[in-house]
Amino acid sequence: MTLILSDRFDENRPIYLQIVEKVKRAIIRGDLKPGDRLPSVRELAIMLRVNPNTVQRAYQELEREGLTFTRRGQGNFVTQDPAVVEELREKMRRELVRRVIQEASEINMSVDELIKTLEEIRNEQAS
Amino acid sequence: MNRLLRARGLTKRYGRKHALRGVDLEVNSGEVVGILGPNGSGKSTFLKIAIGIVRPTGGEIEVLGQRPGAGLRKHVSYMSENDYLYRWMRVGEILEWTASFYDDWNDAKSQEIIEFLGLDRDSKISSLSRGMRGRLKTAIAFSRDVQLYLLDEPLSGIDPASRSKILDVIIREYRPENSSILLSTHLVMDVENLLDRVVFLSDGSVLLQGNADELRSQHDASINSIFIQLYG
Repeated sequence: MTLILSDRFDENRPIYLQIVEKVKRAIIRGDLKPGDRLPSVRELAIMLRVNPNTVQRAYQELEREGLTFTRRGQGNFVTQDPAVVEELREKMRRELVRRVIQEASEINMSVDELIKTLEEIRNEQAS
Repeated sequence: MNRLLRARGLTKRYGRKHALRGVDLEVNSGEVVGILGPNGSGKSTFLKIAIGIVRPTGGEIEVLGQRPGAGLRKHVSYMSENDYLYRWMRVGEILEWTASFYDDWNDAKSQEIIEFLGLDRDSKISSLSRGMRGRLKTAIAFSRDVQLYLLDEPLSGIDPASRSKILDVIIREYRPENSSILLSTHLVMDVENLLDRVVFLSDGSVLLQGNADELRSQHDASINSIFIQLYG
């Protein structure tokens, strides 16, 4: 979970949603693997320096989305269903690309131009 | 959900000056509520009424099902904004002395907090910096196992390192299943991620109150930015 902590919060957005996003990214990257136990609410609250109720709300949201499950008295665990993780990965990819396209359109940049620039930058970085 | 504190139309007048003008405020079990506002907005007056050291001029208030008074202080941990520590005492002596007043004093917890805060039982109060005295006041407040903690300006006038340590203690020692916190502060940035609910006070009236994350969504802004917009 160390990587989850690497960035700070954007305080203009609900904190619990950002914790949800941090956990999702950790699952996609494989920092959290299927069946892994999440830190306890209290542990994560102390690590992130947020109110434990905020962490609790984030954990409830993750469970509602089927990404985690609780075992009574043992805590919260990452789903063991690979299809759910795959679905999340696909959703996050699409969201990212939609955001990029949206931002590009705000400076009148077409998708074709976006792809062209992406390739240019990739070539620059490769060389 | 259990209601620990409920104020209705609470007013306080000092002569002609209004400190509170009809405040409605509630604290439920398991939440951290922040009373936010600039100096002189009525935050401390509210907390003093809640613990029973100031009498309201009008309105109603009930805390843990009773009228604030001496009996209530046995069940609520109140951290005053004043520097009340006796300067001739040592840290250990203050702790023992305070412990003797309360049946709910938790010695093991007290020990742990003192250690976490880097306080030395043998230090004289007179040798402590303001930040260290703030740490000690926090340690005293959280050494008690109570349902309700009332913290009046716990961060005011304190250096950043001590502020950060004090916030850590609040997060570490707060148990939503057993307790609630009502704190007042004008240092909103420091408590941004700590509060479940916020109450903005201005000149003795509630300007705005609500769940912190919902306010962030509605205003597309941090609690600190909302504070600046409201009082700017």
